[in-house]
Amino acid sequence: MTMQHLLSIEDLDRAGIERIVEQAARFAEVSDREIKKVPALRGRMVLNLFYEASTRTRSSFELAAKRLSADVVNFAASGSSVEKGESLKDTVLTLSAHKPDAIVLRTPWAGAAELVSKWCSAAIVNAGDGKREHPTQALLDVYTLRSRLGELDGASIWIIGDVAHSRVARSNIIAFQRMGAKVTVAGPPTLIPRGIEALGCDVRFTLDELPSADVVYTLRMQRERMSETWVPSLREYASWYQVNGKRLSPRQVLMHPGPVNRGVELSGEVVDSPQAVITAQVEAGVVVRMAVLYELLAGASAPSTSPSSGRPEAAGAAIGERQPA
Amino acid sequence: MAANPLVHGPQQPADMLLRDVHVLDPRAGVDGRHDVRVRAGEIAEIAPPGTLAHQPDEELLEGQGRRLLPAFFDPHVHMRTPGHEHKEDLDSGTRAAAAGGYAAVLAMPNTDPVLDSAPLLRSLRDTAAREARISIGFLPCITRGLQGEQLTEMAELRQEGAVGFTDDGMPVQSAGMLRKALQYQRLCGGVIALHEEDPTLSRGGCVHEGVVSAALGIGGIPTISESTMVARDAALAGYEDARVHFQHLSCVASVDAVAHAKAQGWRVSTEVSPHHLLLTEQDVRSMDTRMKMNPPLATEADRQALIEGLRSGTIDCVATDHAPHAREEKEVPFEQAPMGTTGLETAFAALYTGLVLPGVLDLKLLVERMTAGAQLFELPTPHVVPGELANLTLVDLDAEWVAGERGWESRSENCCFAGRKLHGRVLLTLSGGAVVYRERAFSVVGA
Repeated sequence: MTMQHLLSIEDLDRAGIERIVEQAARFAEVSDREIKKVPALRGRMVLNLFYEASTRTRSSFELAAKRLSADVVNFAASGSSVEKGESLKDTVLTLSAHKPDAIVLRTPWAGAAELVSKWCSAAIVNAGDGKREHPTQALLDVYTLRSRLGELDGASIWIIGDVAHSRVARSNIIAFQRMGAKVTVAGPPTLIPRGIEALGCDVRFTLDELPSADVVYTLRMQRERMSETWVPSLREYASWYQVNGKRLSPRQVLMHPGPVNRGVELSGEVVDSPQAVITAQVEAGVVVRMAVLYELLAGASAPSTSPSSGRPEAAGAAIGERQPA
Repeated sequence: MAANPLVHGPQQPADMLLRDVHVLDPRAGVDGRHDVRVRAGEIAEIAPPGTLAHQPDEELLEGQGRRLLPAFFDPHVHMRTPGHEHKEDLDSGTRAAAAGGYAAVLAMPNTDPVLDSAPLLRSLRDTAAREARISIGFLPCITRGLQGEQLTEMAELRQEGAVGFTDDGMPVQSAGMLRKALQYQRLCGGVIALHEEDPTLSRGGCVHEGVVSAALGIGGIPTISESTMVARDAALAGYEDARVHFQHLSCVASVDAVAHAKAQGWRVSTEVSPHHLLLTEQDVRSMDTRMKMNPPLATEADRQALIEGLRSGTIDCVATDHAPHAREEKEVPFEQAPMGTTGLETAFAALYTGLVLPGVLDLKLLVERMTAGAQLFELPTPHVVPGELANLTLVDLDAEWVAGERGWESRSENCCFAGRKLHGRVLLTLSGGAVVYRERAFSVVGA
């Protein structure tokens, strides 16, 4: 199976997800070296096109591309022609003139990655499209969990908080289930979208059954939701849905996509607890995104015009030297 | 003395013999093959097939048993004029209507400026008298500037030819405001057409609230946004004994509310669009912006209720809600795109293909519902009987075509049926006694 774009986590079956996280594991080896670079994507160009503020995702993609020796161009919508009224299509057509091999795209609009994939020949990586999906987050979460738990088959994973506005939730519901886990979403009824159960997950409005979870995945509670009266107050939200020392059991793994609101969705003590794998998630971000870029640009479908030093064989050898069994 | 509510551009009355056409006029009780002669724009003779002799000063068209129908009436189109002529104007919009077999349409007032004063209406009707290919009527606003705060000068607008009133695109949010309009209707008449939506429920949404909105992470519009307003306004109409028309019904609960209102004897009527009869939220999964309309496409259960409502008569007529948008306006991410689909050129073929061919609806009933809008708005209904002005549509039910394959008459191409294989094609349309559309491949035989 060759992949042209990563638009949705639905583009990947279980084998595809496994292939990427296994490749990420090989790249993790590279990250431990003194020289953290491989020449896999030398001469290739990765364009980060971000219509929304993002520090961790963008820097993680940038780092991933650089570790693969690709050239990286960052294009942020603010301060650009976008503010002069240029449409997404025209921006993409203009930037395509620079012939990027991959475009990493973050926008506030669902489906934007699909659209862009029709307008240019670059491989498109969806780095978040509105409230819909964030597939590389799901991949790095699967990677992180597998490092901690091994296979996810049969694991009970609870995703807690503002599911309605969370692209992370949607991608993770799909990805975790593809890996064999059972997913429950929990949160205030105003923030659990009607119809979400059609994705195959269970729905709970309290954390009463949280002790049955193997993994507790909390979402960021955005402060702007308060002004729209989705919940009466952060205080009430915290009292019902905050994951804290009383609610988290020592055998559970705690995850969060960041940035954390300490004292809201998580208490400070659990953020700093050994159950929390939040920094491991950030670390995984780089290697997983390396694997995604590698899959898209150095796979069988890659154009043969790249210089020989950047060919996949060379990269494979460079990694293969220290490849674990 | 009020002006004639329908206007059209300069027309050449037709003289033609339609030989051996299958006339289907549900109201006239005609369903069989005939020769039909049109003289000076009037239906002059209807006789058994092959019996009328071709006269040298008339055009001869060989019908070969194709269906000749009373031309359609659309009570809900957006002609985008004035202000948004890059999407549509009175020429392109009425050309699209003619190509769809329509003899008359009613245009909505959410233009720029909005149609809320007599001078604007006069100017627009003047333009229509130069440009409109078919008959067109206008529904000015209920409230000034579509603001929902102050009535337009409804009586003067009626004198200038307003067919009725609507704030389409926007609901009249305040019940008290709408009640005043309904009371004032006693003075000036004119059907009040209502776009039903509670913005406190629909805000932030752009697709039906349900499994697809949940999966796509796109804000949902719950059906109660429409149905609660239909129920409220039906009750207001009942209380004031006013005449209201509910626009573009989209869900089970709204159909139920209308059925209840009709059972009470309240003077309400309603319409449904081809897209709500044929598509559902599942068609939105692709995030094709042509599938983005207001009200949004709902569930299969809603669709079935709309079909049943149309069959039973709870829903009185079909209206396209033809809503053109320029390519660059629709070629954006789904959430950014404006709402609306074009529909005039595909309505008959889409409904014939989707509902009549599979046996869901009778062709006779479809024709009845596609022409019923005229009477609802107190306008003459076209009949295929001698002495009537020729408002006729000739369709080839066997013709297969792909929607959009040969472009569009409309200036815009945002049609939700684009690319679909359709059966049934309009070959010829007469409006007000004149030929207003002729399918290019439909060859002229005589004269």
